[in-house]
Amino acid sequence: MKKFLKVALIGNPNVGKTSVFNALTGLNQKVGNYPGITVDKKVGLSKLDSQTVAEIIDLPGTYSINASSIDERIVLDLLLDKEQADYPDVAVVVAEVENLKRNLLLYTQIKDLGIPTILAVNMSDRMQSKGITIDVASLEASLHTKVVMLSARKGDGIEELKNVILNYKELDSRIPLNASEINPEFFQKLAATFPENDLYQLWTIYSQDFKIGNIDKKSIINKGISLSESELKRLQQRETIKRYQFINDLLKVAYIKDSAIATDFRSRMDRILTHKVWGYAIFFGVMLLVFQAIFEWSSVPMEWIEEGFASLSTYVKETLEPGKLTDLIADGIIPGIGGIMPFIPQIAILFMFIALLEESGYMSRVVFLMDRLMRPFGLSGKSVVPLISGNACAIPAIMSARNIENNKERLLTILVTPFTTCSARIPVYIILIALIIPDEKIFGIIGLQALTLTLLYLLGFFTALISAWVLDKIIKTERKAFFIVEMPGYKVPMLKNVVITMYEKTKSFVVGAGKIIFFLSIIIWFLGAHGPSERYDNAEEIVTEKYKDFDYSEEVMNEHIASYQLENSYIGIIGKGIEPVIKPLGYDWKIGIAVITSFVAREVFIGTLATIYNVGSHSDDEETIKSRMAAEVHPDTGEKVFNFASGMSLLLFYAFAMQCASTVAITRKETNSWKWTLIQLVFMSVFAYVVALVAYQLLK
Amino acid sequence: MTITLNTLKKNQRAKILDFDLDQVPLKLLEMGCLPGNSVEILEVAPLGDPLLLCINDTHLSIRRELAKQIQVEIEK
Repeated sequence: MKKFLKVALIGNPNVGKTSVFNALTGLNQKVGNYPGITVDKKVGLSKLDSQTVAEIIDLPGTYSINASSIDERIVLDLLLDKEQADYPDVAVVVAEVENLKRNLLLYTQIKDLGIPTILAVNMSDRMQSKGITIDVASLEASLHTKVVMLSARKGDGIEELKNVILNYKELDSRIPLNASEINPEFFQKLAATFPENDLYQLWTIYSQDFKIGNIDKKSIINKGISLSESELKRLQQRETIKRYQFINDLLKVAYIKDSAIATDFRSRMDRILTHKVWGYAIFFGVMLLVFQAIFEWSSVPMEWIEEGFASLSTYVKETLEPGKLTDLIADGIIPGIGGIMPFIPQIAILFMFIALLEESGYMSRVVFLMDRLMRPFGLSGKSVVPLISGNACAIPAIMSARNIENNKERLLTILVTPFTTCSARIPVYIILIALIIPDEKIFGIIGLQALTLTLLYLLGFFTALISAWVLDKIIKTERKAFFIVEMPGYKVPMLKNVVITMYEKTKSFVVGAGKIIFFLSIIIWFLGAHGPSERYDNAEEIVTEKYKDFDYSEEVMNEHIASYQLENSYIGIIGKGIEPVIKPLGYDWKIGIAVITSFVAREVFIGTLATIYNVGSHSDDEETIKSRMAAEVHPDTGEKVFNFASGMSLLLFYAFAMQCASTVAITRKETNSWKWTLIQLVFMSVFAYVVALVAYQLLK
Repeated sequence: MTITLNTLKKNQRAKILDFDLDQVPLKLLEMGCLPGNSVEILEVAPLGDPLLLCINDTHLSIRRELAKQIQVEIEK
């Protein structure tokens, strides 16, 4: 029979913990969510020997177990309660040769929790070049554990680590330092009142306000043991100092660093990458590359996916028996799923770059460089990447906001990112600009149409910043935000880590947003394919009767039928119903329908108009629709429907409105809150409406 | 001479003396910002803020407002 071991992988950020996890588990891993929060829970399997398999939980990177963010609470949740199902048999603390001192702080805390703990020192291949010597035996003696030197990059030491995990029962259970010395009186009282419990566990319950079994901070206070807020903080400080004293003493013996050998590569790189000219120039260049890649490289696979789904839909229609179910599959579900799949290449490419920038250490420099610029808007340097990626697609951009630890800054970033001009706005912009802006040049070189497009981009970006500024003033947080960012050393990114990140993020998008899109598209399909009255059901006869004197080909007749059906479908009725609301913006009911259907995705606007104007859904080639749109007049006044005023109004509406169900879905997933999702949706829609209204009324 | 960390110049080294515990988060202490440890300003961001520090062998970035809470003594 096979034996299962539960192993928790713990470590500071930037120590290569993910590489160790990947080296231990290979592709044998899966990502889930911790209940109720968006932090990824990564679990993988690793075969230790023919009899034993280890289930390895990769915990979020933390500097200590002091729960200042969700990540640290997860670590504590898992390690504090011995009764719970996921409680690991053994913990592996991953450290790194260069930052061993700081890494050991976390190690001593974990060890104090009374769990068998192994220390794995990663990046041992860099010791020589950094002039570092480590006395492993002496470390093991002081830390009361096994120390494994490894290099996840080269694969060295992984087998040894597996072996030590396998034999975890042989580990020394003694605790290296006595934390209770920081306030003997307090700790003695704790021990005397709760003799059954582990002393350091009690202290953690108290200091971190946790509940384990039936003991929590309140029950400790009720026994007459309490500290004031400042006493508590002072004790935590004393604990940190005490741990560092212990670590400093032991490293004096076990760790030698020849600073003459340590190169100044890092400081030279820092000087260039954070330089007031070169720093921004390099950043701009890198962003240009990312932007270009998302835009250009993804266009070909995007087309394949789109065409693939279109032919799948046709194929289903032709093969399956005609009927409601076939219609639902071919016109509802397949286009619905097909609507999000084209985003896969963009998401994969963006996350490839993000993984590369993070792994190399450059991302922290961007944060450093941009922080001061973003601060007046209530954002931080960490908001830059989501805001810029939003110019390609808001979905991966919002997902990339996960890197922001500060909750308020993260929320603001998620809320304002959809204002940036994503690629789905481009088809709408292009066609409207072509309709209302003359194809002329000013000063002989700058095309008016291109200038308009550029202004729309700038408008989106600055609206995002200004909205953040407004929301920053409105949203109050109880906890003050601190900006403490570690600047890791530069490293060559590991291909394996980059590929795994791309795969995981893409999968998480497809599964997470996919579910919501799936249902939304079914609803919209239903509303478009059904009508309340006879007129919808008998459209074919009515239209054939109406045009019986015209000599229409079958194709043209079918387009008239489709158009008549749409007008009398639920969605058509909704379009007519909202006409009074959209009339002040300069739109008729047909545009109203397009606005409603394009809620799923902005580019649907064009496709819907194509159907309504009888252009034929298969020929939504730009020229035809454009000429048809240009020719469209109001039946009663004879005025052009798409004139300068209504065109500008539409452009501005699409610049600001949240017309993207995928973004709504991803905001819901990432904020884990319907409240913020709805606030974002309403805020953007109302804002878009008001701006479009003002624009039309001023211009008409 | 005792000054606050935000007034320390680039490439100057100092020793951390004290700070207001209510204004400095525990996370900074855990990164090694403790009395007695040495601190050096490695870079200043182009707009004068934030600062790139080396404390206790850790390279990290904090804003000036936080650095202001930390008293240091310049090392010769």
